[in-house]
Amino acid sequence: MTVVTVEKDYESLSLIMLAEFDAPLERVWELWADPRQLERWWGPPTHPSTVVTHDLAVGGEVTYFMTDPDGRRSHGRWRVTSVDPPRALAFTDGFADPDGTLRPGTPRTEVRVQLAEHDGGTRMDLRFTFESGAHMEQLDRLGAFDVFPQSVGQMDAVIHAS
Amino acid sequence: MVVSASDDEVDRLFHALADTTRRDILQRCIGGEPSVSRLADLYPMSFAAVQKHVAVLERAGLVTKERRGREQLVHTDGDAVTRARTVLDELEAAWRGRVDRMADLLGERRR
Repeated sequence: MTVVTVEKDYESLSLIMLAEFDAPLERVWELWADPRQLERWWGPPTHPSTVVTHDLAVGGEVTYFMTDPDGRRSHGRWRVTSVDPPRALAFTDGFADPDGTLRPGTPRTEVRVQLAEHDGGTRMDLRFTFESGAHMEQLDRLGAFDVFPQSVGQMDAVIHAS
Repeated sequence: MVVSASDDEVDRLFHALADTTRRDILQRCIGGEPSVSRLADLYPMSFAAVQKHVAVLERAGLVTKERRGREQLVHTDGDAVTRARTVLDELEAAWRGRVDRMADLLGERRR
């Protein structure tokens, strides 16, 4: 399996995931740094993603949308908080309006990515923390998890079919 | 994606857990059954402020208050903690999917 370990802290809603790949570090970095490669893995097959803008600089943004089976788009945006190519990236991922503006009051996920050479391949350390916007109560609809894949089992099936 | 909590419930949950003090209060309630006044002693804030934090956790369904004598005891609601788990489990499933697809793009065909 690619995912090596997962640690979850249910009280602080944080998650740590370690994964290993049989690929050089620079190649793994490209999956994040190249928008055309990023969009091939960001959204699940049921909700393919399209990266609209992509600027991996501190303060830069990545805007994207995912399209559901009915053709509806849900938009998201990263705000890059730190970057050290090709080894580290941190960003806040949140829900956005179609023009890329972050929707106030919607939950955000802080994501930290670290890559390191390991055993002839690459180890990827992912850390996630949920954040909430200030005006959560005013949010009419969340729809937060529509875009997430159904289950790992189904993902495996997709991968094997490809 | 099947989500066991409604959108409103998820909203309240996020809001409740977005604050460090509230997360700390929740953790203490999981470990025991502190009173509101005991909690108020633990933080550099007024009794009223702590009471407000507890109320937010209560609205999110994470804790319930129970009056016992002169004390108000706070304890966790198992179902809401389960919903918090669901949120995190879904994040995990999402990223397991993403990592699998990354491996796929890297040309790995393990197993």
